[in-house]
Amino acid sequence: MLVEAGHFALALALGLSLIQFVVPLWGARANDPVLMSVAPTTALAVLACVGFAFLTLTYAYISSDFSVLNVVENSHSAKPLIYKISGVWGNHEGSMLLWVLILCLFGGVVALAKNTVPMRLQANTLAVQAAITVAFLLFILMTSNPFRRLVPAAAEGQDLNPLLQDPGLAIHPPLLYVGYVGFSISFAFACAALIDGRIDAVWARIVRPWTLAAWCFLTLGIAMGSYWAYYELGWGGWWFWDPVENASLMPWLAGTALVHSTVVMEKRDALKVWTILLAILTFSLSLLGTFLVRSGVLTSVHSFAVDPERGTFILGILVIFIGGSLALFAWRAPLLQQGGLFAPISREGALVVNNLFLASACATVFIGTLYPLALEVLTGDKISVGAPFFNATFLPLIVPLLLLLPLGQTLAWKRGNLLGTVQRLYAVFGASILVVLAVLAFTYGGPVLAPFGIGLGVYLVLGSFNEIVTRSWTRGKPLSVAWIKARGLPRSTWGTVFAHAGVGLVVLGISATAWDVESLGTMKPGDRIGAGPYQLRLERIVPRQEANYREDAALFRVDRNGRELGTVESMKRLYVTRGMPTTEAGILTFGLSQVYVSLGEMQPNGSVGVRLYYKPLVLLIWLGAVVMAFGGALSLTDRRLRIAAPARNRAAPPIAPVPAE
Amino acid sequence: MTRKIRTRKTRRLTLIAVAGCVLAVALGLVLYAMNDTIVFFNSPADVQAKNVAPGTRFRLGGLVKEGSVRRGDKQHVEFEVMDAQSSIHVQYQGLLPDLFREGQGIVAEGRLEASGLFRADTVLAKHDENYMPREVADALKRQGHWQGETHPPQQAQQN
Repeated sequence: MLVEAGHFALALALGLSLIQFVVPLWGARANDPVLMSVAPTTALAVLACVGFAFLTLTYAYISSDFSVLNVVENSHSAKPLIYKISGVWGNHEGSMLLWVLILCLFGGVVALAKNTVPMRLQANTLAVQAAITVAFLLFILMTSNPFRRLVPAAAEGQDLNPLLQDPGLAIHPPLLYVGYVGFSISFAFACAALIDGRIDAVWARIVRPWTLAAWCFLTLGIAMGSYWAYYELGWGGWWFWDPVENASLMPWLAGTALVHSTVVMEKRDALKVWTILLAILTFSLSLLGTFLVRSGVLTSVHSFAVDPERGTFILGILVIFIGGSLALFAWRAPLLQQGGLFAPISREGALVVNNLFLASACATVFIGTLYPLALEVLTGDKISVGAPFFNATFLPLIVPLLLLLPLGQTLAWKRGNLLGTVQRLYAVFGASILVVLAVLAFTYGGPVLAPFGIGLGVYLVLGSFNEIVTRSWTRGKPLSVAWIKARGLPRSTWGTVFAHAGVGLVVLGISATAWDVESLGTMKPGDRIGAGPYQLRLERIVPRQEANYREDAALFRVDRNGRELGTVESMKRLYVTRGMPTTEAGILTFGLSQVYVSLGEMQPNGSVGVRLYYKPLVLLIWLGAVVMAFGGALSLTDRRLRIAAPARNRAAPPIAPVPAE
Repeated sequence: MTRKIRTRKTRRLTLIAVAGCVLAVALGLVLYAMNDTIVFFNSPADVQAKNVAPGTRFRLGGLVKEGSVRRGDKQHVEFEVMDAQSSIHVQYQGLLPDLFREGQGIVAEGRLEASGLFRADTVLAKHDENYMPREVADALKRQGHWQGETHPPQQAQQN
């Protein structure tokens, strides 16, 4: 019964979002506050309905209700509770429901932000948001209904794909979706501004926190997905330039550009038309990502349910929203007031360069991801575009951007002085070059390019924090004064510093992969294998029986130069219901470096194939992403971004008076 | 007034010029990489029909021939990848994916040697027990060798 109620709630949500779409638009046109005020009310009602539907599905999973087809296909009564819950979004139907739930959640938050968003803007924005909700609710109800019953009910479920039975899956999709779908708000605000034909710095101030929040979540989601692939797929790789990964990288690149261009718009009232276009493109890329993952048009390490009807439906949504919003843009953008002028050598000029490079890099990823599809449709040739392509196109565009990053961050607004900026970075340049030389000397005979990567990473980290130093420390003043001054700097400055330093950490982690050591072997208990400074001894292989799988666990002792450091276990599992084997990598962490062991097939003679990696500094890749997201979050807490918060008296913070020099 | 207009114009031109340069570089890189880094997919029959030159990097897809898998030490593996018309001998060193089995569809990436041996550096298998790499399925369908899937494909997706 509850399941039918959930189904009904979804249908009700569809009707309500139709109202939320039509009435406020009309109200904004007729300037009728009563009609406009329908928007927040319906947005909350839709949220309640979709939330209820989601809860009923979750309940069906928790209670292992095998009269529901979706539960039968993706769950099993012996599965641990956490995977029963995460199994709700571990399949096509449930994940689309999560998608819509997050969409409505954002709508609900906009609806509650009554005091900060002007009424007309809010009404138009929620109407656009409702249009997206209508499309995806129709998609769920017509092609991917998670509430379909199975008659007669099954006795037992078919279990969730074992690769997805992992804590990573519990967190990764929700984080990623909050990021993806969060950009729908920027999109809706952009469309609302176009419908209204008005845009100003206030618009940018309202939109920026949303974009920034979505960006933080997307950053974390991508990092989480990458770490999941690293430890769960057992290949020791963390990024494969797989189409599904690219599908999340494209909105991230466009979103990063958007976060930066809204700063220019907010501070200098410039780049308006471009920001609007970027907001539209970012969400379009999110939709494209959903299409690529959900329609099964791409082959990928992720496997797909190939269902042409669903693919066509999402393609339809894609065409309507991207085409519609771009048409709206072409029609209304010329009416928008032109933004201000600015000098090329200035902070805003640097941010334009940032946007240029990010947009170009995004375009190369776009081409690399979609070209194989186009070629197959046009000529029937099947090709694969992999890491070599992206290394040859993406890296040459990103490296100059990273080299310019500390310069841009140091430049002043309005009219910068390039020479003065370079002078302020002298120490950073010097330190980075020293690091490159030191690493080159230390690893003589090893990889040649990687020391430069390390130098670049150090340059980015130091260059970011250099801003804090130059803004708070003056020669001859005690450090305590500098510390008080540094603490008095706006949170958004600290946010920028951390986000950029995070990029530097990622670069460090990626560069260090050049020193990965891999060794392969066939081992019996007692055998040894070595990688870098580490030796591994296979102690024993133990068979085990768990609730929904059985496994052979290989226990290894890890030594470093003859001293025992600990043990690590790697497993070969067989999930009984699906008859599907998986490999669980054994990982031992030393500081930021890891020793990674993965098993091959068990041989009849009792030996086992072993792949051992020593991965120095590998954790920096994900840690850097977390630091980036932390920086974004720090910026979000800046008072400047809380529109309703009264501006704090500038003189109030306990900054020691600075004597004029 | 004219001065202001002129600066507006020159600044806009500078911006367009810089944007043009970056985009041109991006385009150049893409075209260069397209020539060099793209990997075609071939079935064993395609390899014969197209006369693929030794040393070319490509993806070979087909079924692992029953009884052809031979394992050496240091994780050396040899097996035959076949389709309806022909088969190719493949050599690989490394751990095979969990779902690599005889009779299953796989995709191997590597180069053909002059002796006709395919030296693979990557072997991909499906990620789900009912999933066939799409290229393999298509190639088999083309050759009329497709028996269809025995049961409806299961959904197994990540994110």
